[in-house]
Amino acid sequence: MSFLQLLWFILIGVLFAGFFFLDGFDYGVGMAVETLAHDESERDQVVQTIGPVWDANEVWLITAGGAMFASFPYWYASLFSGYYLILLAILAGLIIRGVSFEFRSKSPMPQKRFWDWALAIGSAIVPFFLGIMFVSMIHGMPIDANGNFHAGFFDYFNWISVVGGIALLLLTYLHGINYIALKTTGPVQERARNYAEFLYWILYAGEVVFALLLIFMTDFMSVHPIGTIIMLVLIVGFSVLAHVETFAGHELIAFISSGLTLVSLVVLIFIGLFPRVLISSISPKYDLLIQNASSTEYTLVVMTIATCCLLPFVLAYTIWAYWIFRKRIAMPAIPEVK
Amino acid sequence: MTILSLARFQFAMTTVYHFFFVPFSIGTAFIVAIMESMYVSTKDETYKKMAKYWGNIFLLSFAVGVVTGLIQEFQFGMNWSDYSRFMGDIFGAPLALEALLSFFMESTFIGLWVFTWKKVKPGVHLFFIWMTSIGSLTSALWILTANSFMQHPVGYEVKGGRAVMVNFGALLKNPQLWYEYGHVILNAIMMGGIIIAGLTAFQLLKKNNKLTEANKKFYKKSMRIGLLFSLIFSIGGIALGDAQMQYLIKEQPMKFAATEDVFNTTGKRAPWTVVGIADMKDHEVKYNVDIPDVLSILSYHKTTGAVTGMNELNAQFKKKYGKDIDFYPPVNTLFYSFRIMCGIGAWIFLVSLVGLIMTREKSKKPLSQRRWALWCIAITTFLPFIGNTAGWFVTEFGRDPWTVYGLFTIAESVSPNVSVGSLLTSNIIYFVLFTTLAITLIWLIVRELRKDPSEAVEPKFKKVLDPFDKEAF
Repeated sequence: MSFLQLLWFILIGVLFAGFFFLDGFDYGVGMAVETLAHDESERDQVVQTIGPVWDANEVWLITAGGAMFASFPYWYASLFSGYYLILLAILAGLIIRGVSFEFRSKSPMPQKRFWDWALAIGSAIVPFFLGIMFVSMIHGMPIDANGNFHAGFFDYFNWISVVGGIALLLLTYLHGINYIALKTTGPVQERARNYAEFLYWILYAGEVVFALLLIFMTDFMSVHPIGTIIMLVLIVGFSVLAHVETFAGHELIAFISSGLTLVSLVVLIFIGLFPRVLISSISPKYDLLIQNASSTEYTLVVMTIATCCLLPFVLAYTIWAYWIFRKRIAMPAIPEVK
Repeated sequence: MTILSLARFQFAMTTVYHFFFVPFSIGTAFIVAIMESMYVSTKDETYKKMAKYWGNIFLLSFAVGVVTGLIQEFQFGMNWSDYSRFMGDIFGAPLALEALLSFFMESTFIGLWVFTWKKVKPGVHLFFIWMTSIGSLTSALWILTANSFMQHPVGYEVKGGRAVMVNFGALLKNPQLWYEYGHVILNAIMMGGIIIAGLTAFQLLKKNNKLTEANKKFYKKSMRIGLLFSLIFSIGGIALGDAQMQYLIKEQPMKFAATEDVFNTTGKRAPWTVVGIADMKDHEVKYNVDIPDVLSILSYHKTTGAVTGMNELNAQFKKKYGKDIDFYPPVNTLFYSFRIMCGIGAWIFLVSLVGLIMTREKSKKPLSQRRWALWCIAITTFLPFIGNTAGWFVTEFGRDPWTVYGLFTIAESVSPNVSVGSLLTSNIIYFVLFTTLAITLIWLIVRELRKDPSEAVEPKFKKVLDPFDKEAF
């Protein structure tokens, strides 16, 4: 394994971590439109917290996909064709929620309600199926010598992957709730805090079950015992921190902690995979490795130079955008839609 | 139904649908940026109204463009995994760069643009729309870099069963890229212009006698800017289209011959087939109407010059690539797509020119009083969508049977492990989604257009509250 191959394996992890930290709360906020807000003006208030930023956050996923295609084409090809129907569901979710921001803002009642629901349902579909995908991936899939999946229903949906899907759904929901608590005032903020205080107890149960399933159903403990344990502890640790800070009313720390919980989950997955990128349940010799799934050194050099030149600008204007929208959003006035 | 035919159908459906919105967004974003620039430099509120009113149409198109673009990125892995394995070393880089350089810029600044009309200085706000526009203009560059490689591979080697990049600079210097990019971008801006003019024409036809002075000025300015841009950029688009065809004769002679129904190599003075039906069994043209010498003039800009026919090329390709397959593309599709594209391009040029003359101050009867002229412009709104699709049909069907010209065939590209059932499901789901989105989008665009232009500037609130009342961080 060359230095650049390792670097790009890490970078793919960084991009997914960035995606879950940033776009993670967008899904939570999307779900909160139907579960937390009570009336139209509250729904507008909730949506407005992510209105200006969600689109750029989603680009982290697009970039992660594109970077995977560029740096590990064999990984990309096997993963995307292998998770065909799962990815179809994710795409459908991304599509209906992606248009709903613009559509709901320009629709009169009752069509606006339709797009509110599209936003909430789409936002739930994406993290749930991403959880199914990533967790069944670390559990191992029937991959043949050519890197093609030959999977059946229970390869995709089994105990660990379903728990993983629900856990990711809950994590993004809580991350979104924490974000709402940070970005709003009034009854919505109060309710968000109450939800978080309660839901963290369910999350703990989910995390314990997930940790146990991970220990017994994957090979993480035999391959990377120390890294796995550290990351599991961090996941629980950040959850507890987020919970405690919610009680204490430190919204920013709670929000960052729930984000770091998601980041730790991504790190756990990437540590456990290393040095593989896909685990074959048929035979370890069919595993896709960092070494043989990557692009050539030349392409990796090109990509590294481009990323080093461009990423600082991306981060700079992203921070600028968050700075411009740094203020809290009170209950907005409702525009008269004729 | 085979996985190959379903995957091909899906690719055609999703790219055609996606490409309805891409040039629409690129073009309108650019013109909205121009309008806002006019506002900042002249302080004329009409331009601000225009930027907001047309900006709303742009935002609707952008929203659908973004989400349908997601399918494109996922699709290569999902449906064409063997292609992704073969081409990933080259094809992935421009896609990743597109996201890193263009999508981040576009989507960050569009968020800033929409929500900061009252929060930042006009100059800063103008900066946001230009960054959005530049993001969208450069995104096309990267995706066309990838497409141009498929049309004309450069800077690569084939090693260990896959194409490997050896010179990234060569990808960007690919002449195919610059013809394609120029043609696409110029026509995208033309499309933005003619759509703004066409939608204005609809409003004038509907509201004509009830307009206030301010609104008359608003629509007149919109019409003039729309037509001006469609005129200028249609000339550029036509010129580059012509240059691209000159290039095709040398680089993809089969595609060129198919667009002109040339089966047998012509003599020095090549006649031009105006209409005809290609018989794909006997490999000859039937029921054709020819004009002598014109093909030579079109192809080489002089009266003599032979054009190599498809039959001769097919025999050459069989020898060259050592494959026992026919290399004929779907000739009738190419032939008629090409004519539709060129016809629409010429029509838009004409409508823009005549329309613009009629909007002059000196014009005896203003354009807004000539209903037939307004109808001509209004109907033209829909034509670029057809023209763009026809153009891509020429480009992509003309590549048959290759995915990557001369290197990798379409039949080799498809995912081997995806089932017919999965592909059928995804085709149906995309179709249902696309139909729903299209109906909603058209309905919402019509609603936005019907609004009084001044409403786009100041949406009526029941009560005004500062939504940013307390610091969060």
